[in-house]
Amino acid sequence: MSLGVEMRERDDVRVGLSVETRNLTVRFGATAAINDLTISLEPGKIHGLLGRNGSGKSTLAATFAAFRAPTSGSVRVGGHDPYEHARTASQICLIREGGDIYDQQSVTCALALSRSMRPYWDEKYAKYLIRRFQLPLGKKAQRLSRGQRSALGVTLGLASRAPLTIFDESYLGMDAPSREIFYEELLPDYVAHPRTIIVSTHLIGEVASLFEEVLVIDRGRLVVQGDADDLRTRGVEVVGPAATVDRFVSGLTVLAERRLGATTSATVYGRLNRERERDAAAAGLSLGPVGLQDLFIHLTSPDDPAIGDPAAALPPDGASR
Amino acid sequence: MFDERSPIYVQIAEQIKNDIVNGILLEDEQVMSTNQYAAFYRINPATAAKAFQQLVDDGVLYKRRGIGMFVSRTAREELRSARRDRFFADVVDPMIAAAQAIGVPLDEVVRRVESSRRHPAVPAAGAALTPTSGTHATAEKASR
Repeated sequence: MSLGVEMRERDDVRVGLSVETRNLTVRFGATAAINDLTISLEPGKIHGLLGRNGSGKSTLAATFAAFRAPTSGSVRVGGHDPYEHARTASQICLIREGGDIYDQQSVTCALALSRSMRPYWDEKYAKYLIRRFQLPLGKKAQRLSRGQRSALGVTLGLASRAPLTIFDESYLGMDAPSREIFYEELLPDYVAHPRTIIVSTHLIGEVASLFEEVLVIDRGRLVVQGDADDLRTRGVEVVGPAATVDRFVSGLTVLAERRLGATTSATVYGRLNRERERDAAAAGLSLGPVGLQDLFIHLTSPDDPAIGDPAAALPPDGASR
Repeated sequence: MFDERSPIYVQIAEQIKNDIVNGILLEDEQVMSTNQYAAFYRINPATAAKAFQQLVDDGVLYKRRGIGMFVSRTAREELRSARRDRFFADVVDPMIAAAQAIGVPLDEVVRRVESSRRHPAVPAAGAALTPTSGTHATAEKASR
């Protein structure tokens, strides 16, 4: 397999813009799409922004990119308010689903516009991506398929090489082979040109391994943020006789429970130490892993009373002993 | 490629150890760089770096500045020895439990073990124990 570019070993210097919010609230009338959110995204990492439809992902992404102003609280990108700081705004590239391309604009025009606006634009790379996605240069955006529009958006996002690049569900309209191209391009290009990348999605399975950090939001609030690989081990499924399971999980954060006859399966948030694992085995309980996608579903389940207030429900480090 | 049972970095480290134990990666042989590994398996480079760093810390790999990472001379023997220590707990005990659960007499198991002394098991024991072995080596060769 050819890796496209000869990649150098990653050094310790992280390049890219940091993102910080403090008590950020964004309201639409009476509804708070983002509700008192305080988060910090380190520069130079690929962050997964996960949330269900309507959780506030897109509003948050739009606020980072100065497409939308906060109702209250603040956003800082690289230490500046992107809404007030033109130089910062030009270094942020937000790609939404559909690519934000004018209907009457041709593919060539869309490229020219990005070239003029984006200080780190790589024309050669853009042309290469256009060929890889087989996009017709002369066609107007309104004549492109949904997948082609998304591919054009992804092309503009990657070739912009913006110090903060946000893909907000940008690739959802693309078919599987095109999404594959996106993933194949993203990693080597990120390694060769380190920058902060945020990928927002509710389809986690396909992209989970690309993330270094993951951020889960629900109803405009932070549910959990952490190292993606670490989160992968934070859920445990405990299965066994109902009474034994109930005893075992008491005091732990139980995200979901299912019963089948005399058997109960409880999804627990938090890692179990060796001792608890031995206790479980001794009590005849079986323990299984919970994947990131399942963990995400349980953490953001709308009908689970345990997480009525998602931000308050979880211990900050997920540690339950 | 990777499952949800443990962190990906642990699985990467395990896979490379398997390749060393099975003689697919030889001593002083260069392994893929973290970035090559990340791009090939489509995982975040930081995750791959964590796996390689752990292998270096454990003495399985060693670094040569500006060149890359290589398999330590002692790695294979140390890994084999560590796995021998765990062999009965990891492989034999669960096998006995499985045999008892379905009613296979242990005498029959013993006879089978005895007979394999005369007719060595096929395929090779190492390959049978590590179904993922080989993937890394294939990738390694392809990347050269």
